[in-house]
Amino acid sequence: MDIPYTSAPRPDTGLYNAKVGIWLFLASEVMLFGALFSSYILLRVSMPEGYWPHGWLNIPIGTANTIVLITSSITTVMAWAACKMNQYGRFKFFHACTILLALTFVCIKSYEYHDKFTHYSIKLANGKMADGHLIHKSPDFNVATKTGEIEIHGHEVDFKGKQGAELETELKKIYDLRSPEGTAAHKESKELKYAASEITAAETYGPWHHTYLAIYFTLTGLHALHVIGGAIVIGFLWGPGSRMWRRDHERFTNRIEVSGLFWHFVDLVWIFLFPVLYLL
Amino acid sequence: METHQTTGTAAVAAPVHDEHFQEHIRRYLYVFYALIFGTVITVLASYIPFGGHRSLNIAVALVIASGKAFLVCGYFMHLISERKMIYGILAFTAFFFVGLMFLTLWSFGDPPSFLTTH
Repeated sequence: MDIPYTSAPRPDTGLYNAKVGIWLFLASEVMLFGALFSSYILLRVSMPEGYWPHGWLNIPIGTANTIVLITSSITTVMAWAACKMNQYGRFKFFHACTILLALTFVCIKSYEYHDKFTHYSIKLANGKMADGHLIHKSPDFNVATKTGEIEIHGHEVDFKGKQGAELETELKKIYDLRSPEGTAAHKESKELKYAASEITAAETYGPWHHTYLAIYFTLTGLHALHVIGGAIVIGFLWGPGSRMWRRDHERFTNRIEVSGLFWHFVDLVWIFLFPVLYLL
Repeated sequence: METHQTTGTAAVAAPVHDEHFQEHIRRYLYVFYALIFGTVITVLASYIPFGGHRSLNIAVALVIASGKAFLVCGYFMHLISERKMIYGILAFTAFFFVGLMFLTLWSFGDPPSFLTTH
């Protein structure tokens, strides 16, 4: 039995069925990401003043990734336009670009994740805190058993006995890297080496480290899964799925439109994620 | 261009002319340039101090992001000229989305001030 209205529009809705389907799916996606954005707002405004990070993510890298995703949106719409104009070569070219741009986005995101998983926050026995990126860790490094040593490129801060403006300055060295204090501390970063016996606690900038990182990894991780999922679908339509071009051109064009709508939604989510997580 | 009809009564889509689509493509390119420009402006605006009011930076960034979202939805997703049914689906979505955001704001009313002891 044929699936009804795969290419021709249904008389009552004026739309082919897949288009109604994708918009219903996107509506559910809006609620999914909406719930997470809502959680972000709640977490952010509940955080005491000075403890919500600012400048923890690399802005040039984030901007580059935004441009990559916007470019993939135009190549997607161009691929659909090529289908409409019956230009197979152009379709293949633009959708290949979309897939490559999607892979570029995921690679850049992976690099950013790696940066966070090699970034250490270390609480020292003398009451100070050290913060920086891992250079070397001895194979036997273990804070619990007090064995081995760790070397980072970073800076120290000292919260002990500090209050008021003094505490605010120290907090900015960790939490507000775009403030003059944070920028100066970052510029003064140097190689620091600690034996495990000098350390009371150490952890990386994973989702467990800070509420901001928890929501950052949740939002961007879910978004990255959408990018990967979308790239797989677009990859299928570019490769084996493109056989439908000759068999049922209209239906194939509709498939490209539907996958494109999903892809633009992925871009749309990033348009809000970028300023919220990287800039504000 | 050959078109296919999978069920009985539906109309066959009209053939597409290149000249008509070249106009669409030009529009897509303008939208693309506007999105790139919007991204650059968003980044630059985040460096403006606004007298130390971070909330103004947030407002500016969200206004620019909303403008970019309008361009993506309106032109790339063709919402500027879509069927009524899609608008209906999106109206429901917008209603519940706004409700979701307000739930967060309402949570700041808890516990009611007359119940707190300090």
